[in-house]
Amino acid sequence: MQWVWAITSVATVAIALIVVYRPLGDYMAWVFSSTKDWKVERAIYRIIGVDSHSEQSWQAYLRAVLVFSCVGMLLLYAMQRLQPWLPYSLGLGSISPDLAFNTAASFVGNTNWQAYSPESTVGYTVQMAGLSVQCFVSSAVGLAVAIALVRGLARKGATTIGNFWVDLVRANLRILLPLSAVAALVLIAGGTIQNLTGFTDITTIAGQLQTLPNGPVATQEAIKMLGTNGGGFYNANSAHPFENPTAWTNLFQVFLLLVIPFASPRTFGKMVGDHRLGSAILATMITLFLAAYAALTAFEYQGLGTAPQLAGGAMEGKEVRFGIVGSTLFTAATTGTTGGATNSTLDSYTAMGGMVSLLHMILGEVSPGGVGSGLYTILIMAVIAVFIVGLLLGRTPVMLGKRIGVREIKLASLAILVIPVLSLAGMAISFAIPAIHHELVNQVMGNSGPHGLTETTYAFVSATINNGSSFAGFGANTPWLNVVLGLLILLGRFLVIAIVLAMAGSFAAQDQIPTGVGELPLHSPQFVAFFVALIIFVAVPTFFAVLAAGPFAEGLG
Amino acid sequence: MMVPVEESVRSRDRRSAFLPLGRLLLASLRKFDPRILWSNPVLLITWAGAVLTTIVAIVEPFVGGPPQSDGTLLPPGFSWAIAVSLWLTLLTATFAESLAEGLGRTQTSALRASQTRVEAHQVLHYDSLRDASARTAQMLQVPAVDLRPGDVIVLEAGDVIPTDGEVVWGIGMVDESPITGESAPVIREAGGDRSSVSGGTKMMSDRIVVRVRQVSGSSAVDKMIDLAERAHRLKAPRELALTALLSSFSLSFVLVAVTLNAIVSPVAQPISIPILVSLVVCLIPTEIAALMSVTGIASMHKLLRHGVLVDSGHALETAGDLTAVLLDKTGTITQGRRRATDFVPLDDARRDDLIRAAATCSIHDPTTEGTSILGLAQSLGFSVEGEETPGKNVRFSAQTRMSGRDMPDGLSIRKGAESAILAWLKHVGSQQTRETEDGLRQLTESVARSGDTPLVVAVKPAGGPGRVLGVIHLKDTVKPSLSSRIQDLRSLGVKTVMVTGDNPLTAKTIAAEIGVDDYLGDATPEDKLAVIVKEQAAGHFVAMTGDGANDAPALAQADVGMAMNTATGAAKEAANMIILDDDPTKIVDIIEIGRRQMATRGALITFNIANDLVRYFTLFPALFSGTFPGLNQLNLLHLHSAPSAVLSTVIFSIVVMGILLPLALFGVPYRLADLGRALTRNMLYYGLGGVLVAAVGIKLIDLVVMLVPGY
Repeated sequence: MQWVWAITSVATVAIALIVVYRPLGDYMAWVFSSTKDWKVERAIYRIIGVDSHSEQSWQAYLRAVLVFSCVGMLLLYAMQRLQPWLPYSLGLGSISPDLAFNTAASFVGNTNWQAYSPESTVGYTVQMAGLSVQCFVSSAVGLAVAIALVRGLARKGATTIGNFWVDLVRANLRILLPLSAVAALVLIAGGTIQNLTGFTDITTIAGQLQTLPNGPVATQEAIKMLGTNGGGFYNANSAHPFENPTAWTNLFQVFLLLVIPFASPRTFGKMVGDHRLGSAILATMITLFLAAYAALTAFEYQGLGTAPQLAGGAMEGKEVRFGIVGSTLFTAATTGTTGGATNSTLDSYTAMGGMVSLLHMILGEVSPGGVGSGLYTILIMAVIAVFIVGLLLGRTPVMLGKRIGVREIKLASLAILVIPVLSLAGMAISFAIPAIHHELVNQVMGNSGPHGLTETTYAFVSATINNGSSFAGFGANTPWLNVVLGLLILLGRFLVIAIVLAMAGSFAAQDQIPTGVGELPLHSPQFVAFFVALIIFVAVPTFFAVLAAGPFAEGLG
Repeated sequence: MMVPVEESVRSRDRRSAFLPLGRLLLASLRKFDPRILWSNPVLLITWAGAVLTTIVAIVEPFVGGPPQSDGTLLPPGFSWAIAVSLWLTLLTATFAESLAEGLGRTQTSALRASQTRVEAHQVLHYDSLRDASARTAQMLQVPAVDLRPGDVIVLEAGDVIPTDGEVVWGIGMVDESPITGESAPVIREAGGDRSSVSGGTKMMSDRIVVRVRQVSGSSAVDKMIDLAERAHRLKAPRELALTALLSSFSLSFVLVAVTLNAIVSPVAQPISIPILVSLVVCLIPTEIAALMSVTGIASMHKLLRHGVLVDSGHALETAGDLTAVLLDKTGTITQGRRRATDFVPLDDARRDDLIRAAATCSIHDPTTEGTSILGLAQSLGFSVEGEETPGKNVRFSAQTRMSGRDMPDGLSIRKGAESAILAWLKHVGSQQTRETEDGLRQLTESVARSGDTPLVVAVKPAGGPGRVLGVIHLKDTVKPSLSSRIQDLRSLGVKTVMVTGDNPLTAKTIAAEIGVDDYLGDATPEDKLAVIVKEQAAGHFVAMTGDGANDAPALAQADVGMAMNTATGAAKEAANMIILDDDPTKIVDIIEIGRRQMATRGALITFNIANDLVRYFTLFPALFSGTFPGLNQLNLLHLHSAPSAVLSTVIFSIVVMGILLPLALFGVPYRLADLGRALTRNMLYYGLGGVLVAAVGIKLIDLVVMLVPGY
């Protein structure tokens, strides 16, 4: 019975995703291939002084990404520091420099790691003009970079990979804004609140006075999920009834998280004019996602101890209105994308369940990954997979008519190092400094022993990989962690983006080999199996030792 | 004179099975030099780990007694056991490479020896005035390499001309087809502009005295042997890419080891250095890094056994990528010996006239065409006089493209290509009528359509108008095994293009007969170059076989240029491969070996990844088994103890290299199969196989190690 529920839940979301797969995928491909600008877009280009018909080399594209993100970060930092002087700040004070830096980095890096408790820290202006805006543009940046890589694969002998400003504007105006408007309406209909009434005092049934923070929740909620951002209006995030009131809105939020990443392979196939590799990528994403979801659900259903046995699963830290399945489905979606939204307390998951969510992130967030970032990350992995399959079959490694050469492999080899190097080095340095070690063990970690290690590992991985979710016991708001995690977020985001764009440039410059000449069977189920195995092999081993001392040690005693 | 290459290589090969072990070990130890290991980052990491562990083992007794890891006591001598195992791992890795190099070197030196075995009759004290023909002079049999510029040699029919030189006496026929591609022998004589002979060509008749101009031994083949011996040190692109990928994998594990103690400090005691080093060495792809160069060397060595000399690993790698091959028709597809099979008179001409004219003008024509025309005429009952035939011989030249005879009575006879003959007739003032030309064209086309070459015969009497008598059928036989080899190429997914100087109709017929995908008739060397550029633009990797000097640009342009051993120096220098036994269908073997090399590397990686899967479950639970005994549940192989698990996994790395060495040397079986099925099979063999071999291997080693006290 439990599993029937688990399957129907995921099937409900799956059907919705299947319905929009083609139209949304093709629509996004059209958005980035269309030669016509909308009137409002032309106005924007005039204001920012961009010629929408001139294209950029990969270096120029990267510069534009960096300049744009840098400016966004400075603005966001300034807004937080100057909060007391901004309107609609609900009387909240200025945010400390380290926390402001961390939050700015986190929202610009599409991570939405929240080291603060939102409802008691940020007012409406910072929330709406700062954080919400970054939720839109940071996911648009991810999408733009992915599209640039796809263009690189689709073009031949080209020196340019598109225009960042055009991609950015179109991603926002034609995709994220309209979709999130619809999503916000659905959420409001489902019961999510949307107002500007500030704090409301109510008397509870027990006769006590309680102050409820209100605000424009539904609009933030829509882009929070759709843009795989995760930065909630409330600290409790999607577990809060004002954000995510019912089981239905819960499934809808899962759908929102997954909809753009899962439609991306279609966009990819459409733009390169060959859907076969896109289908293999989609199959790979689905396989990994379902594996994570199944493992998570199984571990939570089998929670050990008396209470879980009585409750029919490890219900600690989970909302009763969602149940095990509503929680694990959400968690699988949020760790498979760069979502970072949560509707249950990961800290309270079983040791093995918590490990699955950690592992799911470690896979590189390719199942299906963040908006844009999922596609570009899995394409980098595909480069390696095609190379090895080519070797295995004694054929030239060719992907969509592009030869995988030394440069591409070097870039991909570099890309797969980014996440482990940053997160492991960040952790090791933190623990190696005695004062920080002391602070982490005694103040930050919510638990001692292996579980505390899992919390810390989760935090560092979540930041580096731009997820943003955390184990709630982990008290991340310390100056050291704010700075280090902020830096990890920025490096984890923009180093990978730089490598992806370099690869886009390298592919674009290549000629295209006509298909049919000793083509590798990249659309076969065997390739998908190999691809899945490779993704696991590349990602997991580097974390195996930490997993052994963390969740495994906790779970197996 | 020339010792067949293949034979000599094989005879040496038998000896190579017993390479002196001592010398190999010494060579392997020499590779421990970090400056040499620098180019192989994975092995460099292994080396650093071995050094570090050794230092730890030495220092340990002096700094605080028995070694601990994760708060647990390690058995005595554990660090030494690990250190020794790590050095043995490194030794196995370098030994594998030394072995492959040793095998390769015996072969190249055998080849070098065979190259120098061309011998020459040197004239001692040559006297150009009294004994110009050197009939009475003292002679000495010397190896060609000992010849110096200025030395004088005597060459007789059948000799291979050892080196470039100048004819100082005599006249003789020389087969220069290796250089010019022209099958007709040419005359070389003292004095004038036809006095130069080239090394590698062959005397067909008579006797000449030649003064050596160039030192033998600096030939293209020698240069390529030098390149081949150095080749494995320069990495081919795909090897570079693979090195980058492996380095990335390795670096991530070094990082794991370096950061591990700090990261787990809140929950566990520090892990000892030897165990951390073991972790790194076992998980980085040491085996692939060690065996990668072995696969390269072994493949080149294998090609050499097939009679193909390759100048670089790059060329070999590209050979596996080939998707199109340009084949020269003459000498490659056909035997290059055209024979007359029929005489066909034109319109009202009498057949007898045609045969008589054809025979007469072929009397002094030494080419196979000429002799076969005479032969055919004789068999049809025409007597042909020998030497005393009157008249003056007109030799074939590349400009006129015809040959013939001018008789004393003023009658001129010519035979040649249709266009050449018509041009000649026009030149002597007898332009043919439109009908005649049309009739002739129909005739030649019908001959060409049957795959034969038409040779037109025309006469012009002293006073009268010239006229075409008819056409000689020339038939060239296609090499017997060729069709099946072309078929092999097709099943390899390789497109074949035949290029020939023949007329397009003949080309088309032969193309259809042997089943090539495309053909180009009337091709000049420039056309060949253009075809290559065109195919490359279409995304093909193109190989080209060639032998003439004017093929050099095309050979250089092709991704893989293959020259025959008999080719000119220029062609060989432009080529990446020399086919020593002149069999152009070797290209099938070349492609297969190139692909097999790739497949072998792919198999090694898959096998290694699969091995690692098992190693995670032997190493990681062992790390913290002291603090968290529950982790023993991950010890799926039920290894006896943590130290035993670590040591057994390290020792397995040595063993598995021994298992994989033959695979790297001989290559994995490479079959022409459906790629999807091949992928499944390879994943099963090397993936599942890798898991099984590692699981069984480590378990067996553990069963032995556990007998050692303390483990």
